[in-house]
Amino acid sequence: MLNVENLHVEVDGKEVIHGVNLRIPVGETHVLMGPNGSGKTTLLRSIMGFSNYTVTEGQITFRGRDVTNLPLHQRARYGMGLMFQRPPTISGLKLGKLLDVMSGGNPTKAHEYAEMMNMNSFLDRDLNANFSGGEIKRSEVLQLMVQQPDFVMLDEPESGVDLENIVLIGKAIAQLVEKERHIVNRKKSGLIITHTGFILDYLEADTGHMLCNGEIRCHGNPREILKVIKERGYQECIECAII
Amino acid sequence: MRNHIDGFEGLSPEDAERLEQSGIALSSENRCGSFFQTDQDIRHTSCSYEGIEMLPTAEALKKYDWLKDYYWNLVDKDKDEYTRYVAAQEPRGFTIIAKKGSKNIFPLQTCLFMATDDIQTVHNIIIAEEGAELHLITGCVSSHSVGQGSHYGITELYVGKDALISTTMIHTWGENVTVVPRSSARVEENGTFLSNYISMKPVKRVQMYPEARLTGENAIARFSSVILAPKGSELDLGQRAILEAKGSSAELLSRVITRGGTVISRSHIIGMAEETRGHIECNGLILEDGIIHAIPEIEGRLTNTSLSHEASVGKIAQDEIEYLMARGLSEEEATATIIRGFLDVKIQGLPESLQRQIDAAIDAAEDGF
Ligand SMILES: Nc1ncnc2c1ncn2[C@@H]1O[C@H](COP(=O)(O)OP(=O)(O)O)[C@@H](O)[C@H]1O
Ligand SMILES: [Mg+2]
Repeated sequence: MLNVENLHVEVDGKEVIHGVNLRIPVGETHVLMGPNGSGKTTLLRSIMGFSNYTVTEGQITFRGRDVTNLPLHQRARYGMGLMFQRPPTISGLKLGKLLDVMSGGNPTKAHEYAEMMNMNSFLDRDLNANFSGGEIKRSEVLQLMVQQPDFVMLDEPESGVDLENIVLIGKAIAQLVEKERHIVNRKKSGLIITHTGFILDYLEADTGHMLCNGEIRCHGNPREILKVIKERGYQECIECAII
Repeated sequence: MRNHIDGFEGLSPEDAERLEQSGIALSSENRCGSFFQTDQDIRHTSCSYEGIEMLPTAEALKKYDWLKDYYWNLVDKDKDEYTRYVAAQEPRGFTIIAKKGSKNIFPLQTCLFMATDDIQTVHNIIIAEEGAELHLITGCVSSHSVGQGSHYGITELYVGKDALISTTMIHTWGENVTVVPRSSARVEENGTFLSNYISMKPVKRVQMYPEARLTGENAIARFSSVILAPKGSELDLGQRAILEAKGSSAELLSRVITRGGTVISRSHIIGMAEETRGHIECNGLILEDGIIHAIPEIEGRLTNTSLSHEASVGKIAQDEIEYLMARGLSEEEATATIIRGFLDVKIQGLPESLQRQIDAAIDAAEDGF
């Protein structure tokens, strides 16, 4: 599905990602961990193709195509999706109106999803204006459900969300990556940034990657990596790099 | 079979379309009355609703002696050369009297149409008596064949106790037309005044600064303007609310887009009575190099008033465009979607049919984005 090779990314003239390699096969969901400021959000946004993330070296291949220089919306149309950690507020633009534009003539489905995400009463609200943490995540998941990407990237889906909403969001994300299907038939993949691993209660991840100072330091069983972080913090990973 | 209103027949298809874009229904459906003035001739006046009387101002002044107290009362005859010019003419324009307790579900429509290169003058008086609710839509239109012309309009509005007046004015002028409205409203106890102004088409110059004086306790005024200034257009617009009575409040909202034109967007609230509140929202988007000069002014004259404003001018934020691009919209689609949202002003207290008319006027300009 996704193949990132030796990726170097600059933000505002400063290199933040230093040669990352990452491969996510079809049907697999991976998690990305790492301390604050290690470059997780930058990596996701570079893969998606935002304008102020300049790839200075390396290549991003998506579904067999080199997308390194492709504009953002083309990558979205090829099947990439991103759940924003802090989406901008767009005053005047109603959430419902955006879903209508996205679903281009088939808004019935959008209303079904809105019901599922308990977002019906938000369809007439300005996009993200005064949404709470949980409401922002529900709105993001709802937009992704309408978009139906083949590869979905989620930036801290559980941060700022209360327990009740975690259940709702966790289950919806599991659906987005087709966890109900057997791996052999599963066509969708995911990459999830998480600190807590709460999300893993709703969907199993296949592999975990540890990002530290813009480099991937280790791969492994996501639960094991999380266990180490929970017990000893990120210190060990940081030290591991020094050795 | 559409029942055409007298006076509207004989319009060219282009002009009929321009009227409709300004919210004027050419048949009497969904309207409780119509007034139609072409240049200086009043072609049609009708009103089917019993509690509301609409007549040409000249006639109204003859019929009701008391009306002279409402004529040149809120607007000063000697204010400037334009008011003096209008005062020197036979009065044109319309007078509407909404009787005590009346309420029109379908709006009245008034159409001020310029068909020749000349000066059109109007003097309108609008009165809502105690408890009345009056909704009015005014289309100001010049014929597509008009080269240059001027429109000077005086409007005096009286919102009685517990009454409501909503006026929705949609301008469809031409590139060489100069427009100088002078209007002022007085709002009594518990009264509500809603003033909506939409201008999406080219015009040479508009200069106006309508004002509402809130003289009764708990009176409310809400001004909303949605403006698109194409290249060559110059709009000097203002809206002012003077909170003279206890508990009165005002909201002044404007959404301005320039595509090369110049807009001065002034707003002014004066809080001069106890427990008064006011808020100004003034946002501008510069899509092509032009000028948006936002001047929000809040003036408090005692401790117990609370006034605020927010203003912004600039281009659409890149992160908003990219947010929508990440959902698969192209840059152009994302931009158009954000602009339409920016202009999407929902007016509290306005009947659905009038809100739809406002939306349609904005949609009609959307292809220009
Ligand atoms: N727009 C930006 N301008 C300047 N520095 C940035 C910008 N975005 C991210 N950075 C820097 O890049 C580094 C990685 O940030 P980020 O990817 O947000 O980390 P994480 O998501 O892992 O917490 C940080 O040092 C951060 O300050
Ligand atoms: Mg982050």
